[in-house]
Amino acid sequence: MAKLNLKVNHKTYTVDVDPATPLLWVLRDHLHLVGTKFGCAVGACGACTVHMNGMAMKSCQLPVSAAATQEITTIEGLSENGDHPVQKAWLDIDVAQCGYCQTGQIMAAAALLKQKPNPTDADIDNFMSGNICRCGTYTRIREAIHSAANLSKK
Amino acid sequence: MSSISGGGMLLGFSWLASLKPTEVMGAATGAKDWVELTGFIKILPDNQIKILSPNPEFGQNVMTSLPMLIAEELEVDWKKITIEMGDYDTPRFKSQFTGGSQSIRSAWGPLRKAGATAKYMLLQAAANQWNVPVAELTASNGAVIHKASNRSITYGQLADAASKLPVPTSLVLKKSTELSLVGKSQKNVEGTKIVSGKSLFTMDYQVEGMLIAMAIHPPAFGMQLKSFDATEAKKMPGIKDVFDIEVYKKGYERAGFDTRTFNHLIVVVGNSTWEVINARKKVVAQWEPIVETKEMVTNFGRRKEETIIPAGLESSDKHMQKMLELQGQKARVLRKDGDPEAAFASAKKIIEKTYSAPFLPHNTMEPISCFAHITDEKAFFVAPIQIPDMMKQNIVANLDVPADKIEMKLARMGGGFGRRAYGHYIIEAGLISKKMKAPVKLIYTREDDMTNGVYRPAYIVTYKAALDANNNITAIHIKGGGIPEHAVHENRFPAGAFENYLAEGWELPSNITIGAFRAPRSNFIASAEQSFLDELAQAIGKDPIDFRIDLLKKAKANPVGKNNEYDAARYMGVLELVKEKSKWSATPKGTHRGVAAYFCHNSYAAHVVDVTMKSGQPVIDKVVSVLDCGIVVNPDAAKNMVEGAVIDGIGNCLFGGLKFDKGVVTQQNLNQYRMIRMKEAPKKIDVHFVQNGIDPTGLGEPPFPPIFAALANALYKATGKRFYQQPFINELNKRTS
Repeated sequence: MAKLNLKVNHKTYTVDVDPATPLLWVLRDHLHLVGTKFGCAVGACGACTVHMNGMAMKSCQLPVSAAATQEITTIEGLSENGDHPVQKAWLDIDVAQCGYCQTGQIMAAAALLKQKPNPTDADIDNFMSGNICRCGTYTRIREAIHSAANLSKK
Repeated sequence: MSSISGGGMLLGFSWLASLKPTEVMGAATGAKDWVELTGFIKILPDNQIKILSPNPEFGQNVMTSLPMLIAEELEVDWKKITIEMGDYDTPRFKSQFTGGSQSIRSAWGPLRKAGATAKYMLLQAAANQWNVPVAELTASNGAVIHKASNRSITYGQLADAASKLPVPTSLVLKKSTELSLVGKSQKNVEGTKIVSGKSLFTMDYQVEGMLIAMAIHPPAFGMQLKSFDATEAKKMPGIKDVFDIEVYKKGYERAGFDTRTFNHLIVVVGNSTWEVINARKKVVAQWEPIVETKEMVTNFGRRKEETIIPAGLESSDKHMQKMLELQGQKARVLRKDGDPEAAFASAKKIIEKTYSAPFLPHNTMEPISCFAHITDEKAFFVAPIQIPDMMKQNIVANLDVPADKIEMKLARMGGGFGRRAYGHYIIEAGLISKKMKAPVKLIYTREDDMTNGVYRPAYIVTYKAALDANNNITAIHIKGGGIPEHAVHENRFPAGAFENYLAEGWELPSNITIGAFRAPRSNFIASAEQSFLDELAQAIGKDPIDFRIDLLKKAKANPVGKNNEYDAARYMGVLELVKEKSKWSATPKGTHRGVAAYFCHNSYAAHVVDVTMKSGQPVIDKVVSVLDCGIVVNPDAAKNMVEGAVIDGIGNCLFGGLKFDKGVVTQQNLNQYRMIRMKEAPKKIDVHFVQNGIDPTGLGEPPFPPIFAALANALYKATGKRFYQQPFINELNKRTS
């Protein structure tokens, strides 16, 4: 066990956990930030995607010790009122079916738009292919990312 | 706007008679004075209106579309009302069934009646208050209006008086042409919560003092627990206990959805997920082979059947050998029309093709989980379960809980696809909570989820056609089998279109557990049938759409046999519309095009898939989909469902397949099991609905089965090769390597 300071969504938390604990479980079990989802725990599905210093990161692959002192953003901190352009686009296109993977998809999409404000279909397909949606909402996700890119320009 | 005396059909019904006419929600909910009208509607004096959605939600968007049916008749402003998921309370809601594409179909009458009933009672209350005839009143936007005297009063002001009135015994519902909310796209009522990461799923549920539990099941099908040593595991940090559970008691007579894979499990319970994951590795277990057992299973409380669970460690390659062997042996006749034997004996040419598909895991994005807190007062669950009422007898029998002590919150499910019809995990969580005397959340890891599954069976089928000297098809023979069930739907198309027809089936028992998977059986048989019809059309030199339409015309004008399940006119309708919408006869240069159609779950679907090849791999540029599911309640959400079925189907036929090696599932997580990802998804999906005003039928399943063959037929055009074995990626890779 080790005491660690975490910066999540601009708040500082102190947790006393095994330093090898994946950030995913610290977020969910200790900080009760359950918007970051558990899907596979092997970095294959992207449901647990968060931002570390603005970059998309699979929190199931990140030991909490490596996340300490870094700027972590989860879906709960992406925007104050759920009105980040990506979230707005997601609502506008009504992307979700079951919704379980969507917070991970949104975090990945927001990170993509930070790097590439005007992504092509190919950019989107490449960047987003780390996130699985079993319901098959991929065409809507693609459309929502383009829409968010346009929203961000306004 | 509508009034009681307006048009529409007059309905007599009895189902509401059993509803309590009124129930004032008091302190129990901690809420204000909600007045309840029917089991579905709650109203506050300030005119806040809430509609309860009865059916569990797993992405099919019924939490939006079902309340729309109520709101349509109730005459309320959709934007101003709130929607809440109902708890497990089937006596109240009558039906809480998510499966078989039945939600909208079975709610269409009852939920509109619920809305109309409440509206009638509100109108009557206003009539009483103003002392005017009810026929002079209209309902609109949550208020009753008396035009003659220019008066209006809100539902909130009327609700209390309305709730004391007798429930009407007959009602007039709107005609399909009068619908104002139904048919207009409404956004997912939980959209905002989903995109902001609010706690919605069982996996997210947390309470003070909650423990986390995980189970250890045998490493292979055909094995069972012999003994275990938890000494080291119990010493691990945060661990509360390690013990074993028998999920179902000895002699428990299973019902249809009581399938569970392993009955004897080791359970590790601790404070946090990570601690339990680590401690679980320290448990030392011995396993032993199972012996053959026979279990009685009561299917849906009707048919009792003895199910054989054979011993042995099964492997996929042996399965295939055995299935091919059994295809050559005698099978059960499912249907026979005319004299197929004679037709085959005198055939000039016989076309015979065999198709197969592997076991499939559901791989819902949210792995299996369940929250349980069993106390002396009640058995409380937060459960992702498609048909909660089907769990009642199981909970009563195996957790020793009286039925009236069961309380269950129906959490939004992170996917279902049939997997969450099988609620064994509710019993598992309940047993653990009972033993720990604490609130417990049972979590399956992805590996647990994939290796302790209730899979789509493995199937095989051979289609055979007899042709005469003039290339007329004189007979069709379908013979199918599977582990442990076949997928032949003997009364579906092309049955009815051929004078001489034979359908046969066989089953091979297995200890690998199987269950419903999006459009059970149809999802395989459509892929084979529609590929075969494509090959047949080619063999006789006909256009594949025209070929199907000609057969359907025959089946419509002069159907062979009595038990044909489909409506040939509606089936033709989707083919004709997909032909038009895809501009079938104007295939772009370099594009390879395939078509398929199917009828299942009371609806009709057809797809045209456009493929181009890039570096030997297919790129799906476009899919045009046509559905006939009658009236479409929430069009944009319905389109989403069809798009999802298309992508899900393409993923499963290209990549899907769970393999077994001596009982062990060889792919145990998503890094070993390929699922479709964004780059493989179609670039564009165009969805069209047949507009016919017919009462709505299902949508979750019908678009799924025909996409497999539409892709296979397009791939044939692209590669010159037919695709007989799923997943198709194996054949595609052979070509490029």
